[in-house]
Amino acid sequence: MHDMTAHAAAHHAPPQGFIRKYVFSVDHKVIGIQYTALGLVSAFIGMALSWAMRIHLAWPTASIPFLGTLSPNGAPGGVPTPEYYLSLMTMHGTIMAFFLLTAAPMAGFGNFMLPIHVGAADMAFPRLNMASFWVTFVGFVLACATFFIPDGPPLSGWTAYAPLSAVGAVAGPGQGWGQNLWGLSIALFCVASLLGALNFIVTTIDLRTKGMTLSRLPLATWAWFINAWVSLLAFAVLLPTCLLLVLDRLGGTSFFIPGGLVINDKMLPHSGGSPLLFQHLFWFFGHPEVYIIILPAFGIVAHVMPTFTRKPLVGGWKVITYAMAAIGGLSFVVWGHHMFVSGMSPYMAMVFSVPTLIITIPSVIAVLVFAFSLYGANMRFTTPMLFCLGFISLFISGGIGGFFLAQPAVDSYLHATSFVVGHFHFTMGLSAVFAAFAGFYYWFPKMWGRMMNETLGKIHFWLSFVLVYCVFMTLHLMGLTGSVRRYSQFVADFMVPLTPTNRFITIAALLLGATQFIFFYNVIWSRFKGPKAADNPWQATTLEWDTTSPPPFDNFGGRQMTVYHGPMEYDGDAFVMQTSTEKSIAGT
Amino acid sequence: MPGKVFAVVVVIITLAIGYCVVAHVWWMPVDISVHGPNIDHQIEETVFGAGILFIAGQLVLAAFSFLYGDSKGARKMKSFPGGAKPLIIFAFVVVGIEILVLSFVGSKAWGSVYFTPPDPNSVRVDVQAGQFAFYFRYPGSDGKFGPLHPELINEGSQNFFGLDTDHDADSKDDIVTAELAIPVNKPVLLTLHSKDMGHSFDVRELRVQQDFVPGIVIPIHFTATQTGKFEIVCTQLCGLGHYNMKAYLEVMSQPDFDNWVKQQAAMQ
Amino acid sequence: MKVGRKVVALTSALLIFAFGLLYSGRTVSAASTGQVTGTVKLDGTAPHQKPIDMGKEPICAAVHKDKPVTTENVVVGANGGLANVVVYISQGLTGNEAAAPSQPVQLEQKGCQYLPHVVVVDAGQHLKIVNADQTSHNIYAQATKNPPWNKSQPPGAQPLDASWTNEEIAIPVKCNVHPWMHAYVVVVKGPYGVSDDSGSFKLDVPPGTYTLTAWHETYGTQTQNVTVAAGKPAAVNFTFKAK
Repeated sequence: MHDMTAHAAAHHAPPQGFIRKYVFSVDHKVIGIQYTALGLVSAFIGMALSWAMRIHLAWPTASIPFLGTLSPNGAPGGVPTPEYYLSLMTMHGTIMAFFLLTAAPMAGFGNFMLPIHVGAADMAFPRLNMASFWVTFVGFVLACATFFIPDGPPLSGWTAYAPLSAVGAVAGPGQGWGQNLWGLSIALFCVASLLGALNFIVTTIDLRTKGMTLSRLPLATWAWFINAWVSLLAFAVLLPTCLLLVLDRLGGTSFFIPGGLVINDKMLPHSGGSPLLFQHLFWFFGHPEVYIIILPAFGIVAHVMPTFTRKPLVGGWKVITYAMAAIGGLSFVVWGHHMFVSGMSPYMAMVFSVPTLIITIPSVIAVLVFAFSLYGANMRFTTPMLFCLGFISLFISGGIGGFFLAQPAVDSYLHATSFVVGHFHFTMGLSAVFAAFAGFYYWFPKMWGRMMNETLGKIHFWLSFVLVYCVFMTLHLMGLTGSVRRYSQFVADFMVPLTPTNRFITIAALLLGATQFIFFYNVIWSRFKGPKAADNPWQATTLEWDTTSPPPFDNFGGRQMTVYHGPMEYDGDAFVMQTSTEKSIAGT
Repeated sequence: MPGKVFAVVVVIITLAIGYCVVAHVWWMPVDISVHGPNIDHQIEETVFGAGILFIAGQLVLAAFSFLYGDSKGARKMKSFPGGAKPLIIFAFVVVGIEILVLSFVGSKAWGSVYFTPPDPNSVRVDVQAGQFAFYFRYPGSDGKFGPLHPELINEGSQNFFGLDTDHDADSKDDIVTAELAIPVNKPVLLTLHSKDMGHSFDVRELRVQQDFVPGIVIPIHFTATQTGKFEIVCTQLCGLGHYNMKAYLEVMSQPDFDNWVKQQAAMQ
Repeated sequence: MKVGRKVVALTSALLIFAFGLLYSGRTVSAASTGQVTGTVKLDGTAPHQKPIDMGKEPICAAVHKDKPVTTENVVVGANGGLANVVVYISQGLTGNEAAAPSQPVQLEQKGCQYLPHVVVVDAGQHLKIVNADQTSHNIYAQATKNPPWNKSQPPGAQPLDASWTNEEIAIPVKCNVHPWMHAYVVVVKGPYGVSDDSGSFKLDVPPGTYTLTAWHETYGTQTQNVTVAAGKPAAVNFTFKAK
């Protein structure tokens, strides 16, 4: 809130030369775009991996195009071996959860928008910001490199449960150097996320421009700010966990490996470690992680929706922000619900079940706020608005699954079934992706100065929305039969009859994947051929719409922004920009 | 128009899902354990409670996008009467009640499995999981399990547990099998231990799922109420053969079980 | 297998072939006209071989429904002949022996058993591993003097091609999906023989004086010296004592 002019001047001058401008750039906008691009690449790789998995599940003897070339060893003739299937699954989870869902909505849009939202010229620590991206990038390269090493990618899932992940190649194929690289890759990702979180927190606290009180912060920025705190605490635990895992593998320690393990008739030289310790450490990170993924989604929807409903959210900034903060806080005391049947004390199951159910209260409040903000609205059905509505529907559906899995007794039946797969794809997967799509279509004009094609956007939405339900709701329902997840083939007697269901899911998933090419095409076409975007094409109020599209290097062309209003001053066609000196019309 | 289309699509999806659940298109298999009905009851209760929230949520979304979906431009926006207060109260009261009910009923179902001590006269079976098979051990006529020597495990010689039958008297009559047979209507106590990885013991029909944790012995107990052959599958990722890690559970009448034990003893 | 191994295998095969050519020039008349024959017996009663329950894999259990399979740690024929004993030349190789046979040896996975239970290959000779079952097997070759490897073979997959460059007695091979499946690959240099159910074996060797080693998975090794003359089989018998 202090004077920004001196600060802005103290910041770096526009860089010269291609490398400083586009590669090793310290400009938060370039870094934001880099993260977004990394997210898109990750999305494509993760999706391609899921196609291979789905095809193999539905047609176990089918030869999958390109797979035989990628790994003649793992997929001879294009048919994946059981271990290669698990590797595909592990890398799908890793790439999607970390490099798409964690990186894109927070580090991608957040980097680009957060400084602009608060009226700053850049992040508080631009060099640290550049370091976060490039460390993330090295982590990504390490993760992808596992496909090209002789040992192949790891197969212990994105959760990398010890001792499978800890004992080394003796545990079977895919547990050699791939798992070491995986551990290092995720450790680097943690470092990058910690740096990023610090940057987000300091920028939000220190670099707000004149008049930008906390109550006037755009809700997306609120979400990123809360999320940065959650990230700071969660990744601080995952980082040592990864390092301890790598130490167990390479340093001969036994943090996660108990004594007396026998593999292939040979005793392992470890003793004294605890596999449950790994699960506790992983999920202490892992559960906040799913909120790290979904909170920015809440923020984006809360930010985008009022623009198109042309009215503020019910309860103003406070209710949704408090709900997000409550979710962020509670997310640290629920991790044990992943471990109801893990061998943890059954009394602890009750202890973790209650906060897990309680966390549904702020989640329900957030959903109610979104849904009831539609009441009496003048909706403008743009593509971002459609994706916001899709998000609400998907999050309701996904959240319902939470009621089941939060209860130990119910979870003891549904644990490790495809119900869980459907549940987390709805909540942290597709809900977050739909919100990210809303953000992407919404901010694309600002980020690249061109409008996206609305018709293609709408086709993309409708097909995605219906197909997502076909894939992931069917997985939920199939899970009710007890169909086990992480199986490379359906050979259990009771799972064989599910083959037609499986084929239906596969076909829907392939179509869903094909639909995303409409989006990719739209992105590339619009980037170069889209109509030029006006400064404020959506008639929105926040600061990013108060500058050119795309914004100049210092975001506001040397202007000192002064804020007089909250971010949701909409009333039908009327709206008041945050920097406007007009009278408030929506009263929040 | 798009508002109405969205509303219709959401309603169709909601109805289709509702139909699949109500008509049990995919549903739980037969329940064969004494504690199972508690869990089924809990699941059904959750389907009911959460189902109502699901349908209500989707229908509200559909209704609002149907009613307010078409921008008429000139219309002044209306706020939801009462603002956020009724929503917050609704969330706390309705969801709160649901949480209380589910927690109380749920703790009963959970407690029926985990908080009750095993019957002292239970049939005891020692279960070992390893990559990628289950093996079962019965104590034999002396009723005692011999000690385990992991260093003696030799799968090629069928010594899956690492028994030293030459030196340990208690091990001599231990019966090791690849199939889990239990008598019907008799309490059974399993002790689960793993020789290598995390695995899981999952029998859908028993409504029992419990992970094996290397380094720890985990007891579970249950009583089966129907005879028949059921599948035991591993549900904790344990490596390449995870998908094919299974065994069969055979629930038998007491005389059949006694015969089976004799047969297996003869085959050691 | 991996490219590196292929290169190594190919180079060593070429080298062996080249040396073979060099020597064959000098000792044309003497090559591979001698023979060692004999039998291996077990003295005492064979330990009880436990029956194997394949219940976990119903398709394999069905194959053996009428004749239950047992472990094969000690297989003794009707007249006390000990099967699965590998006899090879541990000392005295001159390099006059024939190069590693170009014909691959086959190891078949059938009915969740390895056929044969003990398979011998010359260093550099190829082993063709076939999966005849409608289920996936993994083959874990737990070599210590050669690179170990572990790989799945789904039903209907192409045969796996393996070879080892260093002598190794013996490489345990197992399937983790069916933990009872157990076999040995014995990698020797030079001629070898394996005893059949009656305990008899046969080696084709050039005339000369050799130390023969007989290896059995349960009873270990025994050695004997033998002098082989051209055109006349030399007889060597081994007897292992049951523990």
